[in-house]
Amino acid sequence: MAEVTFTLNGEEVTVDKPLNMRFLDVLRTTLDLTGAKEGCGEGECGACAVLLDGRIVDTCILPLASVAGRDIVTIEGYRTTERFQVLQNAFVKEGAVQCGICIPGMIIAAESLLSENPDPSDDAIRTALSGNLCRCTGYNMIIAAIRRAAKEGEGLW
Amino acid sequence: MNKIPESLNEALQYLKEGTYDVLAGGTDIMLKNRGYAEAPVPFKKNMLYIFNLDELRYIATHDEHIAIGAVTSYASMLRHPDVPDILKRSIRQIAGPALRHVATLAGNIGNASPSADGVLVLYLLDARIILASADGEREVPIEDVITGPGKHTIRPEEMIKEIRLPRRTFSNTFFKKVGARKADAISKTSLAGAARLHDNVVEELRIAIGAVNVTVVRDRSIEASFKGLTLEDLKARVDEVAAAYDSLIRPIDDQRSNARYRKQVSFNLIEAFIRQL
Repeated sequence: MAEVTFTLNGEEVTVDKPLNMRFLDVLRTTLDLTGAKEGCGEGECGACAVLLDGRIVDTCILPLASVAGRDIVTIEGYRTTERFQVLQNAFVKEGAVQCGICIPGMIIAAESLLSENPDPSDDAIRTALSGNLCRCTGYNMIIAAIRRAAKEGEGLW
Repeated sequence: MNKIPESLNEALQYLKEGTYDVLAGGTDIMLKNRGYAEAPVPFKKNMLYIFNLDELRYIATHDEHIAIGAVTSYASMLRHPDVPDILKRSIRQIAGPALRHVATLAGNIGNASPSADGVLVLYLLDARIILASADGEREVPIEDVITGPGKHTIRPEEMIKEIRLPRRTFSNTFFKKVGARKADAISKTSLAGAARLHDNVVEELRIAIGAVNVTVVRDRSIEASFKGLTLEDLKARVDEVAAAYDSLIRPIDDQRSNARYRKQVSFNLIEAFIRQL
């Protein structure tokens, strides 16, 4: 066991768990934040994504040790932001959500993209989502939703 | 005991006194040791976690080379103006954005897979690897670091500190990865090529091929044998170039592809590289 301190959704937290725990398990089991999901468990599907220092990372292959001193935002923290509201509205308007299990990861991927590139091309959106799998929508509605969010949320990113 | 060192010196001291595996981004080693959900990852050794060792997170431009610190993420390499374009092209096809934000070239070397896309370009660019220990440093060419699948010559008391890419200009570079899909795919086979032409004469030709032997294939004597040809002559002899690599292209069957396909595709890629010069 070891104490690891990091910023989680704007607040400093310390957890006392083995350094070789997957961060996904620490989030879901220790911290009771179940927005990040386990999909593939091998860093390919993006269902477990969170923001680490503002950039998307997969927590199923991230050891607890790696978050020491870093800034983590999960979907639970992100949903309190104005940016989230814009993305949520855009996803609803475009019908971009079906079963929903991939959506927390899709929103995190969208934030990671828009914070770096507020006016992305379709190609840039597709690249940004290339590590997030959705088995329902066929992706086009999700891409349209991000395009809409970029437009309607102009100036927010 | 597992450690999170706060300085390179502290890390090297641990390596001197104990036996550790070093974890930077961890995207390979976490999976290789995958256990059960909600249980600690069953690593075989004690771990040295260096992801937050900011001392090794840098890209520095020198007169002769670009230096990349061991925990620099692929994503930061994509953003840096001095990182060679051919390396950026290979990085864009490694996994997806989430992995590229944490994964490192040093990890790609330590993992020593013959199908590694980052390492392929290191072979092409004559990269040199700085291995550090508490007793000092040594600079080793990439092909002397990796010796086989998962095998390398990094000593137990050493860790990768830096990757040095000599600054060279080429008239033409080529990178092609053949995988099942554009993102999230491991190469079935891959080829990186570079050429320097002067007055239509081939001054330098480099070819590195991935996933067709126990390590990345690069053969300087074959490359030298096509030096001095005019571009037209080289293109006319494209079959000879492919044939020269015949004995070195010895792929295997695995879950991603089979030997026959990989061999044919490798020849096709050599041809494609030469024809587009």
